[in-house]
Amino acid sequence: MGTRAILISMLALAWATAVHAQGHGYTPGDIENGGQLYQANCTACHGPDGDGIPSVNLGSGKFRRGTTDEEIVKIIIGGIPGTAMPPSNFSEGQAGTIVAYLRSLATAPSTGMLKGDAARGQALFTGKGQCRNCHSVAGVGGRSGPSLSEIGASRRAIELQRALLEPSADIRSDHRPVRVAMRDGTTMTGRLLNQDTFTIQLLDTSGRLRLLDKSAIREFTIPKESLMPSYKGKLSAQEIADLVTYLTTLKGRR
Amino acid sequence: MSMRWRGLTVLVVVLAAAVAVHGQVREWTTYSGDMFGQRYSPLTQITPDNVRNLELQWVFQARSLEKFEATPLVVDGVLYTVQPPNDVVAMDAATGRVFWMYPYIPSPLARLCCGRVNRGLAIHENTLFMATIDGRLLAIDAKTGGLVWNVAVGGARPDAGYSFTVAPLVVKDMVIIGTAGGEYGVRGFIAAFDAKSGREVWRFHTVAGPGDPGAGTWAGDSWKTGGGSIWVTGTYDAELNLTYWGVGNPGPDWNGDGRLGDNLYTDSVVALDADTGKLKWHFQFTPHDVYDYDSVQVPVLADIQWQGKPRKVLLFGNRNGFFYVLDRTNGQYLLGKPFVKVTWTTGLDARGRPQNMVPLTEDGVLIYPGVQGGTNWYSPSFSPRTNLFYLPVWEETYSTFTKRPVEYREGQRFTGALPAMPIRMLTGGPPLNRRRPEEGWGAIQAIDPATGEKKWEHKMADVTDAGVLSTASDVIFTGGREGYALALDARTGALLWKANVGASVSNGPMTYMVGGRQYVAFAAGSSLFVYALRQ
Repeated sequence: MGTRAILISMLALAWATAVHAQGHGYTPGDIENGGQLYQANCTACHGPDGDGIPSVNLGSGKFRRGTTDEEIVKIIIGGIPGTAMPPSNFSEGQAGTIVAYLRSLATAPSTGMLKGDAARGQALFTGKGQCRNCHSVAGVGGRSGPSLSEIGASRRAIELQRALLEPSADIRSDHRPVRVAMRDGTTMTGRLLNQDTFTIQLLDTSGRLRLLDKSAIREFTIPKESLMPSYKGKLSAQEIADLVTYLTTLKGRR
Repeated sequence: MSMRWRGLTVLVVVLAAAVAVHGQVREWTTYSGDMFGQRYSPLTQITPDNVRNLELQWVFQARSLEKFEATPLVVDGVLYTVQPPNDVVAMDAATGRVFWMYPYIPSPLARLCCGRVNRGLAIHENTLFMATIDGRLLAIDAKTGGLVWNVAVGGARPDAGYSFTVAPLVVKDMVIIGTAGGEYGVRGFIAAFDAKSGREVWRFHTVAGPGDPGAGTWAGDSWKTGGGSIWVTGTYDAELNLTYWGVGNPGPDWNGDGRLGDNLYTDSVVALDADTGKLKWHFQFTPHDVYDYDSVQVPVLADIQWQGKPRKVLLFGNRNGFFYVLDRTNGQYLLGKPFVKVTWTTGLDARGRPQNMVPLTEDGVLIYPGVQGGTNWYSPSFSPRTNLFYLPVWEETYSTFTKRPVEYREGQRFTGALPAMPIRMLTGGPPLNRRRPEEGWGAIQAIDPATGEKKWEHKMADVTDAGVLSTASDVIFTGGREGYALALDARTGALLWKANVGASVSNGPMTYMVGGRQYVAFAAGSSLFVYALRQ
């Protein structure tokens, strides 16, 4: 068993333990959904790590104004009168997935990270790292990888570091590559956007949105390896920290 | 573009369409289909003879229960629309299968008078633009659905009632939008933003403040809360470099005592220099409005024969019940004629100004048309083939308007007493109609702009919130609150086809061609229905 497999097993165990302790049946899908809702709606104030407001740390697994999931769900929906925490339009189910995500933060591993410099990171992004070949920021850059214009509002530093060092370790389902061989002998690669029983939708490497009929496809695969190269050994630990620091500044909103 | 160049362009497009049978493409790249706001398509595959063979191809059902009011765009085989309130969706235009979705959850502070709706997107090169109900403007990559930029529009605080429901208009390399919020005492504006950066380029205040032309038309400080919303996309004449926008009602809606004066530029159409936002001319339809007769209709541009000579005109079917023809080079009033029963004025003078406007009283006064108007935001259409202006109308509607005191409190409704009316203002509630004809009904009218005369009328038992699309094969597509999608003969108004789509058709149908097939899209309820001829 490789190190990665052990790590994944440990993570799964930690997650299962956390869920069990709470007595709730959250699935990894719930946590992912909750993460997306959290990232889209909560990070402007709370930050991707949940510690954006002084003396509030949502990522710690402990909450000041409630203990049970139900209490936290109530706060997410109703807000906290007299504070900057506004009420929301979330359903109880949606708020529940946010709680699941926050609880997952507390069980996620954290490692000591070097302090980075955003300006140096930006220089690496546009220069040596060649990140713009595949990723865009504010509309400038390639499309084969996801846009990073608001990556700092939705990803924690630790996640970004991992994505740079081990890009294939955790490919989000909305960033998966796809390889297609057509019956007429042509092949194409791109980003998998959607599929159903009869069709597959992708963004091909020429930047064209395509719908392919599965009857015309000989074979298609969703590779487990990312199209992104690992920067392990290519950038120093300090350079990785600089790049991560730059990425965390990309919040998209002005 | 001159008549000749426009004609040539149409000819080239028609020829191209005739030559390439396979892979034929005809796009829809802006809210009204073109910069003149005509909602007219040169497509001819669907004709009066074969339209009865239309068949449902696909449906997109929103994952929200808000009302669909967006007109989709189709570019490069991809259909883009907004799932209300503010999620951007990219779909294969032939099958409706989803490529990507950009989810946006607006701030819960957003305040909307009339539904958490959005009227659509604009596109410039590979970037889509959406204005949000919480006062922001977003640029989204059309290929990936990734964010390009997301800017807070200056001063457009959602908790103070500012919101955007309008589909932006792209002119040159600028994105133009305007704010809604006329029921919350906002001070309206139209603003242009750089498409690359989101930086504001210019702003025109639709409520004239101190130092602005028209400043003396508001008593005291009433301009600060004067309304003047924008919620329907404007138009653009590249040759004149003017962009035209209809402006909403003054605030408070139904009590004008605190805002004596004409209240410029509410209930007006304004012609702005596209590069600077400076006012070139304006025409006010309803001075000192106390009836909520917003002029938020699409200002349709057309080149027509006027008294034997070609003339660049602007056609305006107004909520106040009058159809207007203006010279769009200078705003000169050419014609104004009621298209429904009108009692709020005895008529227009030689310059188009309404005479003897009926004042509101504390006991209430019954006025035609009702508070929802003779028409509203629903897109009209102009066909350069038939030279007719097609207008969705509400006939024989009336309201009892009652004057009540009103005080401004930020973020609260600032309207006065809502006038009573036999017809629901908005869709919703049970889909039942038990009214007598004299309590209001709907129609599509074909008006001859040269005379203001009604050429034909297609009557409906219920009113309509649907816009109109006309095509080069002389077919009209529209709908109504009854939940029918309709095709009419553009020359006679005869019913050619109908389909029950199960909920009020809102906004104008649009059409496009992909893979050699012509499609027609109707938004109804919280879904989008797309038809093409049976194969």
